[in-house]
Amino acid sequence: MSDEATMVAEEAPAVEHSLNDAVPGAIIGEWAEETEKALFVAPDKLLPLLRHLKENEAYDYLSSLTCTDYLSYGGKKRGGISERFDVVYHLFSTANKGGSLNLHVRVPEGDTVDSATSIYPGANLQESEVYDLYGIHFAGHPNLRRVLTWDGFHGHPMRKDWKEAYFEEDAKPFRSRHPKGGYQWQEDKLPWGKNATYPPEWDPETWEKPISYVPVSQAPHHKPGDIDTDSLVINFGPHHPSTHGVFRMLTRVEGETIIALEPEMGYLHRNHEKIGERNTWLMNMPFTDRLDYINSMSNNWAYALAVEKLAGIEVPERAEYIRVIMAEFSRTLNHMWGIGFILNDLGALQTPAQYAIEEREMILDLFEEVSGARLMCNYMRFGGVVRDLTPGWVERARYLANERLPRALDMLDRLLSDNEIVRGRGYGVGYLPPEDLIALSISGPMLRAAGIKYDVRKAEPYGIYDRFEFDIPTLSDGDIYARYYIRLLEAREAVRILQQALRDIPGGEVQGAPAYASATLDQGFGTIMGGKGGYTLRPPEGEVYHRVEAPKGELGFYLVSDGKANPFRYHVRSPSFINLNGLGPMSVGYKVADAVVILGAIDIVLGEVDR
Amino acid sequence: MTTTPEGGFQALKEEQIQQYLHDSIVVPEELQANVLVTTVDKIYNWSRKASMWPLLFGLACCAIEMIATASARFDLARFGMEVMRPSPRQSDLMFVSGTVTKKMVPAIVRIYNQMAEPRYVVSMGACATGGGPFKEGYTVVSGIDKYIPVDIYVPGCPPTPEALIYGLMKVHEKVERQSIQQVPWYRKERSEFVPIPVLGPDIFDPRQVQLIREHTLGEGAAQAATDDGGGITLKPNLLTAEQKQQLREIKARYMAAKQPA
Ligand code: SF4
Repeated sequence: MSDEATMVAEEAPAVEHSLNDAVPGAIIGEWAEETEKALFVAPDKLLPLLRHLKENEAYDYLSSLTCTDYLSYGGKKRGGISERFDVVYHLFSTANKGGSLNLHVRVPEGDTVDSATSIYPGANLQESEVYDLYGIHFAGHPNLRRVLTWDGFHGHPMRKDWKEAYFEEDAKPFRSRHPKGGYQWQEDKLPWGKNATYPPEWDPETWEKPISYVPVSQAPHHKPGDIDTDSLVINFGPHHPSTHGVFRMLTRVEGETIIALEPEMGYLHRNHEKIGERNTWLMNMPFTDRLDYINSMSNNWAYALAVEKLAGIEVPERAEYIRVIMAEFSRTLNHMWGIGFILNDLGALQTPAQYAIEEREMILDLFEEVSGARLMCNYMRFGGVVRDLTPGWVERARYLANERLPRALDMLDRLLSDNEIVRGRGYGVGYLPPEDLIALSISGPMLRAAGIKYDVRKAEPYGIYDRFEFDIPTLSDGDIYARYYIRLLEAREAVRILQQALRDIPGGEVQGAPAYASATLDQGFGTIMGGKGGYTLRPPEGEVYHRVEAPKGELGFYLVSDGKANPFRYHVRSPSFINLNGLGPMSVGYKVADAVVILGAIDIVLGEVDR
Repeated sequence: MTTTPEGGFQALKEEQIQQYLHDSIVVPEELQANVLVTTVDKIYNWSRKASMWPLLFGLACCAIEMIATASARFDLARFGMEVMRPSPRQSDLMFVSGTVTKKMVPAIVRIYNQMAEPRYVVSMGACATGGGPFKEGYTVVSGIDKYIPVDIYVPGCPPTPEALIYGLMKVHEKVERQSIQQVPWYRKERSEFVPIPVLGPDIFDPRQVQLIREHTLGEGAAQAATDDGGGITLKPNLLTAEQKQQLREIKARYMAAKQPA
């Protein structure tokens, strides 16, 4: 912790100066806390600064863009700037690896911010999200609209003064439930018995739904020189079997060729972030399970890592190994699942998927054994995992990693990779050049299938990944076939890590303390197993952005603590959501049937897209 | 058919056939051992339950367990249910498998309306049943049964495949209990469509427009103006003195009837 702080203190003035030399007056403040350093940017200098950073300093990857509402901030005012909203940018460099550059733009209510989409097109969906949830306008955004709620929705729900129908109190645990165990449910209070509130003076009888702006209607109706045909708008979803959940694609087609495609989401918007700000830090752990519900273990780990970084919690050796094993098992099963469902989307309904998810059940059995649940494991805790591996677990896992999984992956390879249909439908479809993928903030296997060797596990190692020998496979084609095949290769690397981790995992007790959870937990806030003292974690004031290489891409948590028992801001940078930036550009020019596979090969999970 | 008499199955068949062997129906001798007598209800329900096609429709995390249930290890095909139909017109059973959000409710209600009767709804998991972990969320509906009728609730988050199969067995039991004479879909009057909820500033049910108006335009509006939160806070819907009195009378009558004379 202290090392990091001094490092930050030394480095900070240099960055400030150099950036101010390049773009005069851009940096107006600085905020270096123990966990992460941040630069405050003058709102009018934002675009020149971003352009400079992208062109001259190789910060080519806008990872996360989000906002915090400081209306009710309990801690000290940060950096002396007291505007209400704080728009946060996290930039990375895919070429230079290493850590992030955090920019903060503070704006008062009602002000606009310049849209970063002209420099980083990947800001598109994220800015829309901030607009939707916080009501901040981004000037120059091509298509600013509500993405998670619907047109006509009342207010901007993530604002601190926006109260939902079920609002009881600002923070959990609710006084009404504890200690007496009572509850207050809105259903019992409102005459319509539903979780809904309506603004005063609103009249449902005369109310008309605002006409949604369908961006695909802006597409050119036919290309010059073509035969003059009518183009049609085709709607997929939200109930459509190929969309992997509740997701909607609006396409404009001419003949069968797509000339514009716009994703529409929010059908599974479950208010993770609003609920997350009311929960205590630990209460959020089971909620992270439900983000990417195929890989609950990876999500758990990402959140635990972020909080550990914020609170300075150490993790014992054995727990680190357990975490790697769980994460890599879940990467394997995710990729096998992904392959099965790409094939599903190619029209090979169900049979390949049945083969691909056969081993998944065995992995889930292992998960169930240690955590008690097949899917929603809720297994990790800050400073370790919730309980130790059961006797015999490692042997069974070894059998799986050394024998079953390699065999299963070989079989999938043998059955599918040379299949004529897979090749015919895969080659050259859904191509985007690598620069565009980076500019669109796309992450994960999609990047590596286009030849960009970028993996957070290597670029910014976390956990104990630096101890294992593994490669980052890349393919150069960047098409559907490459996206299918890269998953197979990555699953093989995951199995390789698994074999090493299962070989080296240390056992036993470490000086009387459990080897699977941190002993420091005892001193601060009682053990997770039930020790003395308070049970609630209160990380020091500060903010943190931590990202991991989840199976679907870069999963990040942006957390702000005001020193209380609840996160002040809890934001999930989800790979599925941001990868959808690429769906439109990738699908244009291909057939309707290809769009289904292109979506399948992005490998989204709606729980994570809509959060 | 309900009990197995001595002499086994063959004897049972013969015994049951006897009463139908009168002059008007001539059952050829070689067929006599092959005729089974049962009720219309039984054969009707048996065939319905043995080929119940679910709607291929997943909402959230629970859908993953639904897929697991349908795939090789748990094998829904054992119950004649492996044919998942993407079209509501062809399906008999809807799993509401996951969190129901306000944005999604209109679509679900529409799909429900499009399903041909007889139709059954299984609410899978805590979310579909009552909002689950996300109940307090501003776009989450506290249970699908606020909008469409539900036949079976399967608890769990997510329910394990075993639990889901148990729920399906309960659906089968429900089907078996129905009688063709009474089922609503063979009655004269058409069964009603569920009105589709509308997305306004917040979701509202067309059936409740008057109720909402009273509160946004009437007395509720005045209350909201004094409320700093911006939302409407209303008093619990308590019983009036009159209603309480009525309840007391009913209770007294009931107690009196229970007393031994
Ligand atoms: S009940 Fe649990 S598993 Fe099912 S949809 Fe809700 S959160 Fe997901």
